[in-house]
Amino acid sequence: MSTVSADRLRDRVTAVQGVMVLTFLLLAGAFFRAQVVGYEDYRLQSQKNRLRQVPLLAPRGAILDRNNLVIAENVPGYTVKLFAPSLDTLRAVLGRLRALTPIDSAEVEMIVRRFREARYQPALVFSGADFAMVSKLEEHRFLLPGLVVQTEPRRLYSTHTAVAHLVGYVGEVSEDELTRGRFPGSRLGSIVGRDGLEQQYDSILRGVDGVQYTEVDARGRMVREQVSTPSLAPIAGMQIRTTIDLPLQEYIDSLWRAALPDTRGALMAMTPDGKILALYSAPAFDPNDFIGGIAAPTWLSLNTDPAKPLINRAIRGTYPPASPFKLATAVIALRRGVVDFTTHMPQPCRGGFQFGNRFFKCWRREGHGSLDLTGAIAASCDAYFYQLGLRIGLPSLLEEGNLLGFSERSGIDVGSESKPLLPASVKYYNDRYGPRGWSNAAVLNLAIGQGENNQSLVGMMRFYAALAGNGTSAAPYLVRQHDSTTRSLGLTPVQLAGLKAALCRVVQSGTAAGSGGRDLNVCGKTGTAQNSGKDHGWFIGYAPADNPKIVVGSIMESKEHGSSVAPYVVRVIRRFLTASDSSLAKARVRVPIQEDSITGALAKPDTAGR
Amino acid sequence: MRRDGLDRPLILVALALTVFGVMMVYSAGQTDVPSVAARGAWIRQLIWLAVGIVGASIVFRVNFRILEWAAPGLYILGVVLLLVTLFVGTGAGTAAGSKSWLSIGGYRLGQPVELAKLATIFLLARYLSSLREPPRTLKGLLTPVVIAGVPLILVMGQPDLGSAIVFIGILFAMLFWAGVSPRLLLLLASPAVSLLLAADTRWWGAWMLLLFLLLVLWRAYVSEGVLIYLVNSAMGVLAIILWNQLKPYQQNRLITFLNPESDPVHAGYQAIQSMVAIGSGGLLGTGFLNGPQKRLAYLPEQYTDFIFAVLGEELGFVGVFAALGLFLMFFWILLRIARRATDPFSSLVVFGILGLLFTHLFENVGMTINVMPITGIPLPFFSYGGSFLLSCALAVGLVLRVAWDSRLSGYADV
Repeated sequence: MSTVSADRLRDRVTAVQGVMVLTFLLLAGAFFRAQVVGYEDYRLQSQKNRLRQVPLLAPRGAILDRNNLVIAENVPGYTVKLFAPSLDTLRAVLGRLRALTPIDSAEVEMIVRRFREARYQPALVFSGADFAMVSKLEEHRFLLPGLVVQTEPRRLYSTHTAVAHLVGYVGEVSEDELTRGRFPGSRLGSIVGRDGLEQQYDSILRGVDGVQYTEVDARGRMVREQVSTPSLAPIAGMQIRTTIDLPLQEYIDSLWRAALPDTRGALMAMTPDGKILALYSAPAFDPNDFIGGIAAPTWLSLNTDPAKPLINRAIRGTYPPASPFKLATAVIALRRGVVDFTTHMPQPCRGGFQFGNRFFKCWRREGHGSLDLTGAIAASCDAYFYQLGLRIGLPSLLEEGNLLGFSERSGIDVGSESKPLLPASVKYYNDRYGPRGWSNAAVLNLAIGQGENNQSLVGMMRFYAALAGNGTSAAPYLVRQHDSTTRSLGLTPVQLAGLKAALCRVVQSGTAAGSGGRDLNVCGKTGTAQNSGKDHGWFIGYAPADNPKIVVGSIMESKEHGSSVAPYVVRVIRRFLTASDSSLAKARVRVPIQEDSITGALAKPDTAGR
Repeated sequence: MRRDGLDRPLILVALALTVFGVMMVYSAGQTDVPSVAARGAWIRQLIWLAVGIVGASIVFRVNFRILEWAAPGLYILGVVLLLVTLFVGTGAGTAAGSKSWLSIGGYRLGQPVELAKLATIFLLARYLSSLREPPRTLKGLLTPVVIAGVPLILVMGQPDLGSAIVFIGILFAMLFWAGVSPRLLLLLASPAVSLLLAADTRWWGAWMLLLFLLLVLWRAYVSEGVLIYLVNSAMGVLAIILWNQLKPYQQNRLITFLNPESDPVHAGYQAIQSMVAIGSGGLLGTGFLNGPQKRLAYLPEQYTDFIFAVLGEELGFVGVFAALGLFLMFFWILLRIARRATDPFSSLVVFGILGLLFTHLFENVGMTINVMPITGIPLPFFSYGGSFLLSCALAVGLVLRVAWDSRLSGYADV
């Protein structure tokens, strides 16, 4: 026995035992620190590791017409999303996905951007996938780690272009909008209204999106829905009922597209008390194109089209109001007591009116001769109204015009309505042209609806609703009145009746005699708005004369004269007044689908042997 | 043979560890992410265990004198196999990046390093037991350093840093057991300390000052003292060169050991995920088979190198404490057997095995909890792997033989 004899080992054994105990304590201490002291932190980290939030879209509320016909509804659709642990993985998976379904490079960049915005959420690849596509993807799921296929409610506008400007469209909320808090309650991935009713009533329609917690593995593949962390179920949005008459709206769309395919313009129908029955702007777009993210080429063409199909011309377009404004001049003159219905002007119409050293032309070169107010309205005589304007005087015309609401928005409850132009006072002219830079000729132009006078269709509609009704008008609305103040024409019943009679003469024997509206007792006013190119045509009318049920107005760009617009307005009125209940019965009455949001078709890994 | 010659506590503890280990290998294969290799691992582990038990009972019948006689031959065989591996080795499994497997015709025979470890223990034991007095000078340590150093350098070449550390563990454990003074061991280890501290000039300077004081205080031979001091100084210079010699992944492992968050996606990933798995296990764990980190494959190498993290996640601190307790008992028994061995060779072999397995345990468990840098070495009795399980079983067989001999000779009662 030499180095390792028992007696010499005693100290070494003690030392080794000490080392072993110390090592044991060191390791146990390290585990204690991690597992007992640091437990909460690590537990959270573990959850962050594997739990991903998948937003569950709330079904948007349906939009119904006044008879509960469906304008916008939800149908079940498939949304394809991708979880990815890193950008490289995402690109790799997208590369494989592109072999299965065409995705252009712009879309890839879009998906990558969505991924960057929220790495711990699945990036939307496309929504609105059909069943064939989804089953193809499911077949190749092993190639596509992180694939999430959700059934999500999908917006459907079954009448397509007919309701485009009415409902607007929907789209994913942008990061910028989120940071600015433009859509309260929305979160990344939420679908929000972009225009029209969808935007205006977004807070009602949208509902509250839910959240589903899902577990993903180390490669970002979705493994199962997490049961221990409760998911937040989405709360469906509420449906809204509008004043729209959907068959009428559809009729206008089909009429316009068949008879006026290249004409830009707008057409509105409403009741005299402000319920909008139809709101149409041409050219229109298909709001369904926006579902699930609009394709880049479509978006580009919508934005670069010189016809500006995204502009709602009924409320965003302002035009010289032209002859329909002559009724406003007449109302002002009657209110001021300047004229009555039998008043003739000093200068009869000889194809125009000599004012100082300038000759102001009437639209009718042969002239109208000497007319009274009723005759002048029926014939739309410019010479008469030049003189009427002079009689009222510019300050009074502006003052009264402002009182009648021609410098204010109509107060319609949708869209970003354009503010019409009518100067508040002569100060406008002084500021703009200098005190000596303008003449009284301004009032001549204003009186016939030209000059510093731009009105929107919806604004003119409100004025004519007052003429058609009892002399007061309420803000036009689609769902509910935002502005409850009424505007009054301030006329005596006799004066109002006189104007109505004049308007009826326009259709019976005046400028709209060829509109075909005599049998319906249509009353209205044509107009021709001077334009640098071809003139724009106006017609605003109502029917029946004794008890108006509908006011319809239209502006058609480059249509030369109101008399060519009137026939279409009359057809719309005819359609409304003669539509039997059978058309309602034929219409598709459907109960809106209030589909619960489902997260389905998740990856179910092979769990054999469990 | 009389039955009471068997060391039953050792058999019980070793079996308990093995059963525990197979259970964890089974659990590690139960994931939500299909992995054929991991799923069937526990069955293959059981087959290897059976082979190991057969092997252990054969080894148990081998006289230690034969082993002592065969030590140089085994050692040369081990070294030659390591050399061969260096040239024709293949990477596989958890060591895919290094050439540590020996295969013929595509069939992997095993990792020769496991044989080399045992053979090195035998040869060191043979040499150290032949000495009348423990070496008192560095010169006297030359032979054992060469014996351990040759396979060490060969495995470094694979490269297999973990096994290299194990050879160092074996060397120091056996020198200590042979009676080499701790002072001398410290001086022997000093170049390594210098190497590690070279990263920071202030620390390194302090170390050199301390070393100088120690050399004076311990009255080392002047020539050796100067040599040690020179070697230490050289190491400080060499450190930078050696650092550049390391493979990038080895550098990353060392960097991320010091700060795992420095590279959470790549090099630090394993360290972080292991800590998260263990930490989220809490006191009682998430339940056997139910560790979310494991199930979802966040844990790296979960059925081999990081199996202890699975244990930590699923069985919690209680499970960790039990496993570490079993290991402590195991080493306690080994220490007792080494102490009561009938002859120095047997004693040194047992203590060498203790050093071998202890290094494995500390390094492997330490890396899961970020106490040690990550090196790919398996945990005895737990990690899936044929060669190592067989090697552990043979080691237990050897130790049982030593215990048997000492009991029969009545030595056990001392």
